[in-house]
Amino acid sequence: MTVQMQSRRQAAEVPAAGRPRRRRSSGLSRSGGMFLVLVAYAAPVLLVVSNSLKSDQEILDDPLGLPASPTLHNYTEAARTMYYLGAFWNTLVLTVTSVVVLCFFGSMTAYFLTRVRWRFNQVVFYLMIAAMLLPFQVLMIPMIKLLGSTGMLQQSWSIVYIYFATGVPLAVFMYAGFIRSIPREMDEAAMLDGCNRLQTFFRVVLPLLRPVTLTIAILDALWIWNDFLMPFLVLRRPEQRTLTLATLAFVQSHTTDYGPMMAALVLTVLPILVAYLFMQRHIVEGLTKGAVK
Amino acid sequence: MRRSWNNIGGFLVFAGPSTFAFLSITIVSFLAGLILTFTNWNGLSDDLSFVGLSNYAVAIADGQFWQSLGLTALYVVVVVVLANALAFALAYGLSGRIRFRGALRAGFFTPNLIGGVILGFIWYFIFSQGVVAVGAALGIDALATPWLASPTLAFWALVIATVWQVAGFLVVIYLAGLTTLPRDVLEAASIDGAGGWAWMRSVVLPLMRPTFTICVFLTIGRSFMTYDMNLTLTNGGPYGSTELVAMHVYQKAFVSQQFGTGQAEALVLFLIVAVISVLQVSVSRRREVDL
Repeated sequence: MTVQMQSRRQAAEVPAAGRPRRRRSSGLSRSGGMFLVLVAYAAPVLLVVSNSLKSDQEILDDPLGLPASPTLHNYTEAARTMYYLGAFWNTLVLTVTSVVVLCFFGSMTAYFLTRVRWRFNQVVFYLMIAAMLLPFQVLMIPMIKLLGSTGMLQQSWSIVYIYFATGVPLAVFMYAGFIRSIPREMDEAAMLDGCNRLQTFFRVVLPLLRPVTLTIAILDALWIWNDFLMPFLVLRRPEQRTLTLATLAFVQSHTTDYGPMMAALVLTVLPILVAYLFMQRHIVEGLTKGAVK
Repeated sequence: MRRSWNNIGGFLVFAGPSTFAFLSITIVSFLAGLILTFTNWNGLSDDLSFVGLSNYAVAIADGQFWQSLGLTALYVVVVVVLANALAFALAYGLSGRIRFRGALRAGFFTPNLIGGVILGFIWYFIFSQGVVAVGAALGIDALATPWLASPTLAFWALVIATVWQVAGFLVVIYLAGLTTLPRDVLEAASIDGAGGWAWMRSVVLPLMRPTFTICVFLTIGRSFMTYDMNLTLTNGGPYGSTELVAMHVYQKAFVSQQFGTGQAEALVLFLIVAVISVLQVSVSRRREVDL
């Protein structure tokens, strides 16, 4: 956390980096200009929001104008037909469970692999790093075949297990980088005080891992919340649908009902935007850190 | 001896569950995928026999595979160029002395919070209603035609939607790169009288090469595997004209039920992307400036 804060402050203190000093213009007029650019950039999303408040006929007549008499009718219609609450609940449970599992086991694994010098640990660690390079497309076909033949596709928990299995390399990799920066003396002091390895991890090391846990949790939560192919291939029953699957099913069966379709899209994006509103900085930093790793 | 027993016990407690899950799903799938390409399994029957390299032969002879790969290559090149140019321009606009930088940055980043499926639908509406209405209002015929009904325009619709999303992500990385440029070099250049275009070309761009390397690498990896947005924006249409290679692989395996060929094509695709990425990084690393 402190590292992040410092780098952010430093970045803010470098005022005119990236341009000559004499071209220093008033920061306010430039941000006004960039706000206009942002509005143009966000136009597609704004258009969807505006049309979600119109009737179907009004959308076809005038898709660009603001709603003449805004109505939430599309929202009630969409929420009812796509079983919004059920799909929202499924997505939430799936995402939270998978993220907790990934952070819990990922941190324990990284701790053991980095702290204990043992040939076998190195093999597991580098195998995980190598697997991070594999795109899902390479694993998807055999994975679905194997899950189908072992009957795991019938079980609701199996998708959590798959997220755990495919997401744990990145979690271990990021935790390992962070744990290496924690001095071993801290562990040794705890051991001298009579802690065993588990106690040392949970009482001394784990509390220090909060910043990197936040990054990993954000990264994995957005991945799982928005994921499409995995749930599409694994979750077979309509009542298991995530928000993305529910939206897909809804839109594909209502291709000309633009109003409810717009409302469904807004409803699906809304939970993420609300989360973004509260932890915007962490999300932007977490996602870019995860990609640049 | 005692030590290695200790290690095994500790490993099972700390790393056991992760390693078991990782091996049983990720590694087993990868190996099964390799075996799959050498068999004739069709997804329904339990019996399978080895067929040697014939899946690879079928994949290499699959004209549609190469056609979609060619289309994807064009798509990747265009997206890499446009997304990086747009993102750099936006980041440059946000760098230096500017108020509300954090809020603006957060605004441009927003498309990356939305999943590809939803983005595809948003842009489906924009291209089937929004763009048409704008074209009609301004009297521009090129815009007033439904883009998604024309093979060429549908491809560009896919490009625009992807560039729009990826650029918002790259802005953050370019902005971070711009704010860490060495101040002494910048000041020296500005005392030497560099300004305007010369300033950009001979000072800023060379110093930004490491950031360009990362961003191009990320864009290549992301756009080669595009599937979700392809599905909901164009669904490969009209007439299969916008079917990118990830969609082709999916169709091959799960629609045509040719699992062995589909997996062979997935592996070929993975190798191609890996080779291109390694080449890109090593070539651009060599051109980076050391200070």
